[in-house]
Amino acid sequence: MIDQRRRGFLKGVLGASVVGLTVGSGLIPLRAQAATDVADWPEKAFKTPGVDETIAELYGMEASESDQISLDLPTIAQNGAVVPVSVETALPNVTAIALLVAKNPNALAAAFDIPEGTVPFVSNRLKMAETTDVVAVVISDGKAYKATQNVKVTVGGCGG
Amino acid sequence: MASSIRVRAVESGGITSLKALVRHPMDSGFAKDSSGNVIPAYFIQLLTITHQGKEVFVAHWGPAVSKDPFLECRFKGAKKGDEVTISWVDNKGKSDSTTAKIG
Repeated sequence: MIDQRRRGFLKGVLGASVVGLTVGSGLIPLRAQAATDVADWPEKAFKTPGVDETIAELYGMEASESDQISLDLPTIAQNGAVVPVSVETALPNVTAIALLVAKNPNALAAAFDIPEGTVPFVSNRLKMAETTDVVAVVISDGKAYKATQNVKVTVGGCGG
Repeated sequence: MASSIRVRAVESGGITSLKALVRHPMDSGFAKDSSGNVIPAYFIQLLTITHQGKEVFVAHWGPAVSKDPFLECRFKGAKKGDEVTISWVDNKGKSDSTTAKIG
């Protein structure tokens, strides 16, 4: 019983470090050593509609706008099934980056962990149901920042 | 069987740039087949990139990532000739892994 609680607590602590709440504490090396498991997949965040709701679910905080995030994607996408999206940021101590598609049934498309020594950059291809805002969220120094760009989708990418 | 993962990793100026292309249907769960039945969601949930036993990049993916997903990332601390391992697990528990040499 006690042991089970302890497991639960440890899992919670590890989870919290993923969302950047324990940045600067001694838990980070522990997190870096433990291999990420599918059990760490943020299921609830992936099943939440809406950008702000998803950021709150994923990182437990609100994101403020930042001009230090460069979000690179086409302004018009002829095929919503394959839209290349790149994010790069000059923000320091980045631990995570997430990509959200506002008008998709569930906003979260991908969430990345950025360990120490990894450049805060990612490029990925995403599906978009319709013309939408794309939001990049960056966790820097334990705080959430975001940048938004609109993309016009000619043919939606959720119908296969 | 050939690996589902194609990787190219190149080191330059201390930064390794890695591009990976994975063959996977990434079904969203919203699409229907020709007879109108919903195709169940089938997608990669987790992709990890490891260098010398240390995770250098972790991607948690949802069904909104495109079919045959492409990923590019950059990390420090590796040199030419080092090995990087790319592994994925999907929501049906299938997985694959490949190791590539940094060029």
